[in-house]
Amino acid sequence: MSRIGPTFTALKAQNRKALIPFITAGDPGKGLTVPLMHALVEAGADIIELGVPFSDPMADGPVIQRASERALANKVGLKDVLAMTAEFRRTNTTTPVVLMGYANPVERMGYETFAEAAKAAGVDGVLTVDIPPEESAGVSDVFKAHGLDPIFLLSPTTPESRVEQVAAAAGGFIYYVSLKGVTGSANLDTEEVAQKLAMVRKHCSLPVGVGFGIRDAATAEAVARIADAVVVGSRIVNEIETAPEGECAIRVRHLVADLRRGVDAASK
Amino acid sequence: MKLTDLPDSRGHFGPYGGIFVAETLMAALDELRVEYEKARNDPAFVAEFEYELKHYVGRPSPVYHAKRLSEQYGGAQIYLKREDLNHTGAHKINNTIGQALLARRMGKKRVIAETGAGQHGVASATVAARYGMECVVYMGAEDVARQSPNVFRMKLLGATVVPVSSGSKTLKDALNEAMRDWVTNVESTFYILGTAAGPHPYPMLVRDFQCVIGRECIAQMPELTGRQPDAVVACVGGGSNAIGIFHPYIPFDGVRLIGVEAGGSGVASGKHAAPLTAGTPGVLHGFRSYLMQDENGQIIETHSVSAGLDYPGVGPEHSYLKDAGRAEYVAIDDDEALAAFHDLCRFEGIIPALESSHAVAHAKKLAPTMRKDQIILVNLSGRGDKDINTVAKISGITL
Repeated sequence: MSRIGPTFTALKAQNRKALIPFITAGDPGKGLTVPLMHALVEAGADIIELGVPFSDPMADGPVIQRASERALANKVGLKDVLAMTAEFRRTNTTTPVVLMGYANPVERMGYETFAEAAKAAGVDGVLTVDIPPEESAGVSDVFKAHGLDPIFLLSPTTPESRVEQVAAAAGGFIYYVSLKGVTGSANLDTEEVAQKLAMVRKHCSLPVGVGFGIRDAATAEAVARIADAVVVGSRIVNEIETAPEGECAIRVRHLVADLRRGVDAASK
Repeated sequence: MKLTDLPDSRGHFGPYGGIFVAETLMAALDELRVEYEKARNDPAFVAEFEYELKHYVGRPSPVYHAKRLSEQYGGAQIYLKREDLNHTGAHKINNTIGQALLARRMGKKRVIAETGAGQHGVASATVAARYGMECVVYMGAEDVARQSPNVFRMKLLGATVVPVSSGSKTLKDALNEAMRDWVTNVESTFYILGTAAGPHPYPMLVRDFQCVIGRECIAQMPELTGRQPDAVVACVGGGSNAIGIFHPYIPFDGVRLIGVEAGGSGVASGKHAAPLTAGTPGVLHGFRSYLMQDENGQIIETHSVSAGLDYPGVGPEHSYLKDAGRAEYVAIDDDEALAAFHDLCRFEGIIPALESSHAVAHAKKLAPTMRKDQIILVNLSGRGDKDINTVAKISGITL
């Protein structure tokens, strides 16, 4: 069974919100991902989102695109990401891991083969950005049959009539992308997001995470006030990109600890 | 179900096609699907599209009997569908007019496009000027360098050309960037997709707008020759000129449909752009189709002398027609295409696009295997003025 549901239940019992940092597997180096995952947990991550590198990340902005390119240059593919998750699981059996990526690497491996391998490696949820619920019939079922939560996106352009359909296909949590545009875009209107979340919650009982545009403790706090989870991607990947060699983990640890303080401030 | 009834209501051609995009674009694609459905059933829309094709593009384009080329190639008679004579010099304008009329109908004032060889970029910039819309064209940095005349044309027409330096710096990266723009500006912007690929409804609507090519041929061939051709040959990158001429011919059982992919340095070398010939099915750019990919599902770099064919995917209907056995797909390498380019220049006084030269090159192979009273119809999808720098460079000449 996936660790995602119990994680949200436990957080709720403590009146806390989840912090979900994102890193791209294999960035900046193949051997650095597992230590980074542990660093994320130590700094306060509740769930880890691990990006699967893809040659054509259409929905990502330049920061995550470059991370994907660095990871591919390090020859990191889907099989390596699964191996990294398995290695992480040797010492961490509690923090949920969600793989985030594009359809083609999974399609190439085969959905059934992938689901089996992912479960065995200790993956809890899978977000394939370019598989909307309309194309997920079969895919979601395969994931669910293997105890993997299929994570789906909702966006500001999603009409109310579609929310129910997305929620029905989803497991674990719903990922609301709070801005139009690719990952790493600026500006976040929390009031608008709050209104949209109220509508989403009418149709969906799953926890709702909000991502896109969260850069620091203040924005993390603002989002934690309205969402069940705060997802941070480009800001962390940017820190990895700009950190001097050898300082990557420590920089990321500082940043995530700061985001954690922001998220917890919302519960006070 | 008949082959001509596809796609289904969600854009599937058998296992191919579909809508594989991030959530942010779902509503926009749905809006486009609904609006296109209304437009195609609106006599006023259809009439305006036809008026523009006739008076602005100069349609119908002629079919021309290439007698000297046929004699030279020694076999079947070769006829050329002269899409190179269209306004802007290629078949691309058929589609951009259709999509610009849709954009106007939907109240979008800004259009974006991706381009490889620059023909679709020019055709998009042209219709944007024609209908008074802002136009941004994304083009791989490598293509910007090798297709400079078309870059200047787009600028003359008032478009902004954005060079894309990510990935392989070619058409697929331009497409990624155009998609990113669309995700960001989805409410104000209409994405004029250049080929019969991408998420539904694009493969269908681009095909529908391009089918004017095949429909004209079906009327023109009997007038000229008393019958339909034995084979129809067209180059395939994304596959819009090919599907435009193939689709109306699907019910004609006696007509072979042959798509010609870019063989680059030869299919065996791995340096090519021939997914139907040597690729495997996968998901890219919003649809499922044959792709050039490695064993990890990463898209691999393509190689072709022709920028317009330099693309790792192919329109989903072609994948379907291949599996169904209704169309055949072959590859022609750079050298063969260049030889055919020179043949058409010297024997017929027509400078063809390097893309279209691939189709001519396959006719060169096919003709000697056929009788002199048989007919090959080649879709000459574009003219080659844009390629003279490339050809000069290959010939060691500085212009």
